[in-house]
This record gives sequence, C-alpha cells and structure tokens, in this order.
Amino acid sequence: MKVRIKFQKYGAMKFIGHLDVVRYFQKAFRRAGFDSVYTNGFSPRPVMSFAAPLGLGLTSDGEYLDAELVSSEEPKVMIDKLNAVLTEGFHVTSFHILKDREEHQKAVTAMALVSSADYRVSLKDGYDHVEILKSKEAFQKAFADFISKEKIVIDKKTKTSEKAVDIKPMITLTAFDEKEYRDKLSAKIQDNSQQAFDLPESTAEVYQNGIMVYLQLDTGSTVNLKPELVMEAFYQFQNLPYNKFSWQVHRLEIYTRDSDTGKLISLDHLER
Amino acid sequence: MRKLALSDEVLLSVEKPARYIGGEVNMQVKNPNEVDIRFCMCFPDVYEIGMSHLGIQILYDILNRRNDTYCERVYSPWVDLDKIMREKKIPLFALESQDPIKNFDFLGITLQYEMCYTNVLQILELSQIPIYARDRTEEDPIVIGGGPCTYNPEPIADFFDFFYIGEGETSYNEILDTYKEGKKQGRSRKEILEQIAGIEGMYVPAFYDVSYHADGTVASMVSNNPNAPDKVKRQVEMNLSEAYYPTTPLVPYIKATQDRVVLEIQRGCIRGCRFCQAGMIYRPNRERSLEYLKKCAYEMLASTGHEEISLSSLSSSDYSQLQELVCFLINEFGSKKVNISFPSLRIDAFSLDVMSKVQDIRKSSLTFAPEAGSQRLRNVINKGLTEEDILDGSGKAFQSGWNRVKLYFMMGLPTEKEDDIEGIAILSDQIARKYYEIPKEQRSGKVSIVTSTSFFVPKPFTPFQWARMNTSEEYLTKQHYLRDKIREQLNRKSIKYNWHEADLSELEGVFARGDRRISKVIYDAYKAGCLYDSWSEYFDFEKWQKAFKDNGIDYRFYTCRERGEEEIFPWDFIDTGITKKFLLREYRNAKEEKVTLNCRQSCAGCGAKSFGGGICYRSGANPEEVTNESTN
Repeated sequence: MKVRIKFQKYGAMKFIGHLDVVRYFQKAFRRAGFDSVYTNGFSPRPVMSFAAPLGLGLTSDGEYLDAELVSSEEPKVMIDKLNAVLTEGFHVTSFHILKDREEHQKAVTAMALVSSADYRVSLKDGYDHVEILKSKEAFQKAFADFISKEKIVIDKKTKTSEKAVDIKPMITLTAFDEKEYRDKLSAKIQDNSQQAFDLPESTAEVYQNGIMVYLQLDTGSTVNLKPELVMEAFYQFQNLPYNKFSWQVHRLEIYTRDSDTGKLISLDHLER
Repeated sequence: MRKLALSDEVLLSVEKPARYIGGEVNMQVKNPNEVDIRFCMCFPDVYEIGMSHLGIQILYDILNRRNDTYCERVYSPWVDLDKIMREKKIPLFALESQDPIKNFDFLGITLQYEMCYTNVLQILELSQIPIYARDRTEEDPIVIGGGPCTYNPEPIADFFDFFYIGEGETSYNEILDTYKEGKKQGRSRKEILEQIAGIEGMYVPAFYDVSYHADGTVASMVSNNPNAPDKVKRQVEMNLSEAYYPTTPLVPYIKATQDRVVLEIQRGCIRGCRFCQAGMIYRPNRERSLEYLKKCAYEMLASTGHEEISLSSLSSSDYSQLQELVCFLINEFGSKKVNISFPSLRIDAFSLDVMSKVQDIRKSSLTFAPEAGSQRLRNVINKGLTEEDILDGSGKAFQSGWNRVKLYFMMGLPTEKEDDIEGIAILSDQIARKYYEIPKEQRSGKVSIVTSTSFFVPKPFTPFQWARMNTSEEYLTKQHYLRDKIREQLNRKSIKYNWHEADLSELEGVFARGDRRISKVIYDAYKAGCLYDSWSEYFDFEKWQKAFKDNGIDYRFYTCRERGEEEIFPWDFIDTGITKKFLLREYRNAKEEKVTLNCRQSCAGCGAKSFGGGICYRSGANPEEVTNESTN
C-alpha cells in the first residue's frame, strides 16, 4: 500500500540537505519498525519518494514523502511511532494511506503532482542595513511597488543557458501578514473549509523585526520558481545588492492543481 | 529549540554545515547546569571520519552513564570554518550544548594516527586553550590524550596535561571521582594532576625529566614528582565479553565513513605480525561472547536504523565462533533487508560461501594483505599467509565468479632486497594467470588486480622498533623498480599499481619514534600553516622540512638509524605488559627468518599472560610457554 506522510523540518535541521533527509527517513523507518517494501539488490532500501526537495537553509511545515508499506496500523499509531524515533527538527504531522488506484490509472509520484507552494519569507534580525528594511511599512510599500509591476523579468540560469523570463505570472499570491494570507488563500484552494487551516503550530522562526512576505509560487517539474529568486528580483528592482543570507524562507504548504476547477489542493488532502 | 554556536550566515557559507550542528540520533541530552563534570571528547579530524570511530562511541557511552558527568563531542573544523573562526574569534564549541570548550573541565583527545598532531594544536588554539600544557591555568580544561599514539606520546607530550595509556574502559570513573573530590576540596590543578598521576596507567609528562646523550639518544627519563611512578602500566579491560558496548551509537545526518553498525567481536590478535603495533599493544587477544554479540546486534540495528552491519576486529577469521556468528547474522538479519559485511576474513571455502550470500560478486573484490612479495620476507615479518593460500583462495574465488582482487604490500621492510620487491610483481601476475586457467566460457570478463604498496613505518612496541626505516629516496627507487617489474609481467595490463606518498610516511616515522624535542617542530609547522597533514591535498612537506631545519633537527636521526639493543627508547617508561626482551627476541627471529607460532598454537612468552585472561588461558591454547626458541 502507498502512504503519504507530511512532516515539518525546522531549527537546526535546515542545514541538512535533501539527500541526507532521504537517508535519514530510510533509517527512521527502520527504527520505527515500519513494514516497508524494499528495493531489490544487495543494498535494499525502503521504497520512498519526496515531493519538491527543499533547499539547504530553508525550513518547512509542509514536506511530503510517499512510501510503500506491506502493512500499516492506524494513522495515529504510525505518526506516534515515527515521531518517537525522530530527532528535534523533524516532526510528522499527518499520515494517510492513499486510495487504491484503478488498474488503468498510472501511479503518480508525489513529485509529479506538485504545481504550487506557499512560502513565508522573513527578514532575519540584524540585516536591516538598507532603508527599505528599516520598518515594516517601508518594506511593504517597496515590495508592493515591485509586485504591482506588469512584468518582472529576470535572467534565469539553467544548466545550459541563461534566458530572460517573466516571473510575474508564476507569483500567484502575495500577502504581508497571516490574516491577509489566509483570506487570499481561501479563495484559491479547493477545500476552503476551516479544516484546511486547522494546522499544527507553525515551526517557522519568528524574528523581532516582523518584516515578512507570504508568497505563493509555481512549483514543480515544468515551471518552478524559487522564493530566493523573487527576493533577488526585488533587490534588483530596488537597485540594491542582494544579500542571500538576510532572508529566512519557510515553506508552508505544497499543492497540486485540480484540472477541472483550477483550484489548489494540498497534497495532504489529495487521494484520501 | 536548540541554539547553535554558529550563525546561519557562517553555517551557510561552509561546506557540509551538518558537521557543526550536533543533534544526531542517539545524542545524549543533559542539562549542563545539573552536572558536576563537563567532558568534551575529541577526534582531531573531520566530522565524517571522527564519527566513524568506535572508541569514542564507547567512551561517550561510559562517561554519560554517570549522572554527574556530561560528555560531549568535538571534531576538527574543516579548513573553511577554521578560517572563519579565526577571523571572527569564535571559540570552538562542543556539538551537544554548543558551549565553548574552554569552559569545560576536561578535553579528551583520541590520537589514532600520528598525522593528526597539527589538528590537535588547531583544536586547542580554536578552543582558546593555551597550546602548551605549562601555560594553562586553573581556568583551563585538563587536556587528556588517549589512543594508539600514546604508546609513544613524547613528540606531543608538551601539549597534554596527561595521557591515558591503555583501554578506556578501566579507569575513567576513578579519574572523574578524583577530579570531583579534588574540586570539592579546592585542590589546585597541579594537586589534582598529582593525584591522577597516582592512578595506574596515567602519565603526566610534566612530572618527568628527560636527559639525552651527546649522540642524541635518551640517557634517562626520571620522575620528578613523588606521585609519578617510574613505569606507567598499560590499562587492559579483561572483562570484554560483557563490558560496556554502546548499543545506541550516534547516527550522523551526513554520510560518515562508517555508515553502519560496527560490532567489535574481539580485541587483540593472536597472529604476532612483527610490523603490527596493534597486534602487540592490544594483547592478550580477548573475545566477546557470542550471546552478547547477538544481543548487541539486535539492539544496535534497532536503535540506529542502519541498513548494514559489519564486524570489527584485527583478524575476524580468528574469532573462535565465527561460523556461528556469521550464520546467525545472515539468518537473522538477511531477511530483514540488512546488508552484512565481513572485512578481514581469510579467503577460504567458508568465507567464499558466506560472501557469495551477502555480496554482489560482480561488484565486490577479494582482498589479500600478503604485506611482502616473497615467502622469505613474509617469514621475516611473521605474516602467516603463504603463496599457496593466496593462489588457492583466488582460484576458488574465480571459480565462484569473482574477477577482482586487491593486494596490499609494504615496502621498506627490514632485510628487503630486490627479489622481494620483484616478488610483488610476480605474485600479482600469478594470480592473474590463475584466472586465465579457467576455461574461457566460464570466465566473467577480464580479471582486475589492484596492487597497492605502502611504506613501512617502524612503530614502538613492535619487534621492529629497533629497525632502520628507508629514506624517501630509497622508497621512490623501490617504487620505480616495482613499477618496471610489473610492466615486465605477462598480465601487466590486468595489474594496476597504486602507491602511497613517501614524504608523508617519513614524517609519520619521525612522530612514531620521536622524542620530546619534536614538539617544537610540530608547533612551528602548525604555526606556519600545516593542518590536516593526513590529507594529501593539504600536506606541505616543505613547511615541515623548514621547521626541522629551524630547530636544528635532522629528522633522519629518528627514521634512518638502526638502534642498538641497549638503547633507551623515549617510550620505554610505558609498561605494556609485553616485555622488551620478547620484542628483541622477535627482532632476532625476524633477521634469522624464523617464524613464531600464533598464540593459539603455542605461547611465545610475550608477557601478556600477566593480565590473567584472554587467549593465554583459553582452552585449546597451548599452556606451555616457549621462551627460548621459536619453531620454523
């Protein structure tokens, strides 16, 4: 059976890269005594795949891994078993068994489903060297100017070339506080009932300066916009040198887009 | 949430920040304010190597069993962080609490190989602890050295407050009790060290004076403190079968060199190879019980989630219940998708059968360590592996489907001649020929032989401690000679030849048998920028040569000199339980090409029997001591 696990990655664990997270969960499954399906060969590993790998330095409330198990207990029991063997900085918030697919339906990995993600980008304390970062108001005004442009063209580097891309259409939501974010989000998500917001406490780090922006960005294997790139474009627009260390990016959620309604569904609410 | 010592900016600027954040699976968490003693255990090399070391895990476990002690860890910051820490004056910190080490009570440094000495100075300097022990005050931690290099601690004696000579299981509790009581009584650092010097196995260098003859050799080493004994006795844990094994080892986030459960099945070795220090200083051979190992294997796999388990010992094939253990591991864990690896197994029918079950034959290779190219020289070094063993073993393995062989040799062994070196090329070729004896249709592609040579470095407390080491020029000549000889072989295209760097080995030779006068050289080389000397990309021999020159030391005095039988060695103050008389007898046997039987066949009278256990008393071992003669 296939299961989907949602977890948080926070604190010092932001310094653990994606490949090490994969190895970490492979060992965690063994410690938790999960009845995994293993890969073949002389170095068998539990079968699992991750959605939209998180970059080094980022934290998240919405990480997903799909795994294949031979058998499973109640979701609550499975969550507790796994959390009991995780270290500080990793915490499982949901576990559900994916619906069996019809025979003609092809199995889709978590990665292939991803089309959008929400981020909260916060200014770390001690980086208010420029005028527009001295106060919340100044920042919000400057960022609003930036985001209201018709086009935001940046040089996007790929492995082979560098090309000018308009990232504006890939930014589908911006907000400056949680309330604004939730209001705007509820119009975009399929399951806009209260339950979509009934999330465990966020692990995002809170900074004294209070300067932050919420971003919803196209994410996935076809179109992918990283929040760092948006911030870099913002600095460029302001004619300021970009300091990559000054912002803490925190992922809130990952979504797929319903092909009929065009609305977003969090991976957690899919295939239940 | 745990606070980190380094800022996000620093951590995101260095390679592999996970080296510095701690928080690993099975890390000990204690409130530093609720303990009496804060101990930081250090492996002076990069995290991935240090985390793979079993000894630290054992000590971490032992020390943390005490409620009054919090034992934490530190490893060498990599060169990128080293630079930042110096610029920003960030004090080196322990991984667990992320607190500066300078505020700890103890800093324990394990010395596993000589080339880590500059890293030791880096640890001290970055911790903001005075590098020289004599400059330390009541505020500084007591710096302890342990591990194999303490069998000649003299080149680094000035940097340590004391050395723990021997196995860590026996005396740490007594040391910590002594310290705690001393602190309570308001005793000074010196008074506490005097008390520690009175504990068996503890060596406080400041309490000894060394004088030298005009020719540079040691004239005497005498205690200058009534608490310091003339001889320091090596500590040995005789209750290994059940004693202290960490069943919840740490599991790093980044891949360590040993990314697996390591099961120490025995300590010490029955073989008595004359070049091998481990084979001497861990005597007597002591086995852990099968039942205990089974229990450990279960617990360790469960607590770590590792996908692989490996055996650790100097010679696994000599473990008396190896078959039972191996069958147990395969039956019990093979089905649970755990990979099993068996290093240091002798190649025979049993081990080939075992390996074909647990390895992918196409991907794995056979490993032999003949160490010398001719039977004559193998007799000199007492390596009981014959040409027949190697050729038979390879033949059987080839028939079972293997086609890759790795061979390890040493160059520069005492009495070595050109014939012995040529023997390396011939043996490599013979193995390849063995492969082509198999009918073509039964072969799996071409055979691949990888022949590696390292340079022999004579070590203290081995029969070769008197021997002259080759110069780097001699080594290079020998290396070229062998390369040419390999090119003459029929199967030269199947043989790949790898070699070690000669300069590095020469420096290792100086540290291995050096004395206290070397410490200033190490200090100067470190200050000139030497660090991570065991990493060839950072090793800078010119800086070292300059440091020797500046101190007026001809380093070949330590390497290229055959010692007289009467010479006092810098390490003679250590009583390892293995007598100098035995080592000298073995050196003479070596020169006469006489083989000495292993401990199970016959007692060679090395002195280890005085420890009262292990192989010396095991049934099946010959109780008769053979003190005057060895059998050929």
